[in-house]
Amino acid sequence: MSNDTIARTVPVRMSSTSTYGSANENATNVCLRLVHLESWYGSFQALHGITLDIASNAVTSFIGPSGCGKSTLLRWMNRMNDTIPTARVSGEMTLDGEDILARTVDVVDLRRRVGMVFQKPNPFPKSIYDNVAYGPRLHRVYSRPDLDELVERSLRAAAIWDEVKDRLSQSALGLSGGQQQRLCIARAISVDPEVLLMDEPCSALDPRSSASIEELIAQLSSSYTIVIVTHNMQQASRVSDRTAFFYEGRLIEFGETEAIFTNPRHKQTEDYVTGRFG
Amino acid sequence: MNQRVPSKGTPIASWRRLAANRMFLVACLAATLLAVLVLSALLISILVDGWSSLHWDFLNSFASRKPEKAGIKAALFGSLWVVATCTVLAVPMGIGTALYLEEFAKKSRLTRFIQLNITNLSGVPSIVYGIIGLTAFTRLFGMIGANDAWSIGSEESFFYLRLPFGPSVLTAALTLMLVVLPVVIVASQEALRAVPKSLREGSLAMGATTWQTIWRTTLPAASPTILTGVILAISRAIGEAAPILVIGGALLIFQTPTNLMSDFTVLPLQIFNWAGRPQAGFHSIAAAAILVQLVLLLIFNGTAVAIRLRLQKPLQ
Repeated sequence: MSNDTIARTVPVRMSSTSTYGSANENATNVCLRLVHLESWYGSFQALHGITLDIASNAVTSFIGPSGCGKSTLLRWMNRMNDTIPTARVSGEMTLDGEDILARTVDVVDLRRRVGMVFQKPNPFPKSIYDNVAYGPRLHRVYSRPDLDELVERSLRAAAIWDEVKDRLSQSALGLSGGQQQRLCIARAISVDPEVLLMDEPCSALDPRSSASIEELIAQLSSSYTIVIVTHNMQQASRVSDRTAFFYEGRLIEFGETEAIFTNPRHKQTEDYVTGRFG
Repeated sequence: MNQRVPSKGTPIASWRRLAANRMFLVACLAATLLAVLVLSALLISILVDGWSSLHWDFLNSFASRKPEKAGIKAALFGSLWVVATCTVLAVPMGIGTALYLEEFAKKSRLTRFIQLNITNLSGVPSIVYGIIGLTAFTRLFGMIGANDAWSIGSEESFFYLRLPFGPSVLTAALTLMLVVLPVVIVASQEALRAVPKSLREGSLAMGATTWQTIWRTTLPAASPTILTGVILAISRAIGEAAPILVIGGALLIFQTPTNLMSDFTVLPLQIFNWAGRPQAGFHSIAAAAILVQLVLLLIFNGTAVAIRLRLQKPLQ
């Protein structure tokens, strides 16, 4: 993202509900609650005392300059950081009231409940069908008709069914980048998660594909709690109900997206969202 | 502001750069041609020596004192038995070790020590493995006693087993397993490392366990490359004579193996034996045996390429 595109005042979605219909009445229900979360890679402290609540069935976006810890935070929410030997965490994080940072947590079940979409589309080198059926097959045994139906429903939910329904048995690697990313979203929702984590899901895509993903996020937000990390501030302002701004491992400001972009309380936030740095 | 960066060095004439380019091309081409030339010289001389001896009877008879009556049936079947057993033993163990080191074990001083040793072992001369095989497998360190100290089943049965193993197909397979294991392990490790991290993360993020991720994603993605390594290793195993000689492969034998405890000989040993005799007739059948060995290798590699292409199809 070059600076001159965001130097102007960022267009903000003023009425946060009308366009995408995401923020419903239950938006105040807390899905994920973080209390004084701290995280380290070896001796480097990546997160300092993060406390925030993530509302159910709403889109929360994390913004901030590179290296500010937003991806690290996201990756604790499904314990993907467990795969990094030097990563440590302290503090509290609960999902529907359950501690999810405890050693005893079944991360396999946690990751089924908290799905993830990555920066670069990462479909498996398998058929489109097998990509979507991958998750369900990990957790249950399905009859063929049940699985067929599940695959179709997931692909429809990810708004890609019409494009791939005639070539389900073909390799997923033959799809375009945007299609691959929507396939990855279909894959993530195939195991019926409560939360969808998206780590810069559009940064490897062209503007048109990005737009289709954004539209999809808006559609999905009525059924899922979505947390999205993004470098693109217009995107944050377009898709999210609430926005958290991070800087150097600290949560600087968190609130309604509209407020963050039009009336930030902190100087740093204002400088960042107006493109003065970042 | 003027942002142009003026060049100050002395220019190199373009003919010189092009000449260097052409010289390098010629050098590389010469290197390739030399390899092809040596290989064809080898092939032609073997064909000239061996072609006349290569006929069905040669494949279908046992050894003999007379070269015109001698055949390679025992050696051919011996090679196939030994290599098949060796593959069955070495491949799961090699891939298992690679999976442990790459996917399960935390990087520690211990794993680095194991890694260093595996890399070193691939450089140990195969005759050294032959000596280990003689002590460890042929004689079982003398712990059990002399030959046939203990046995189960009848000698004609496929399931016949005896301790110590003696100079048998199983001993040869175990010894060759030692020879090829480092190659299989290192090749499998390279293959696993080449699988993008994003695939593993994608699988784990779906709630897959480490094993589910390995079995359903990492291994299928790595298998074409692993297979290439396995074939290289098997090709090496099929060509080894030295360790077989040490563990006591038979030189004159008049039957094909019936079980893992059978006496045996292998093609390289037979070739070594015939090539060392003074009579010209034996040199000719040694050349014919080399031809058979080459064809066997070709079949192996061809099958591997075919399987690899099949496995790679869904990747494209």
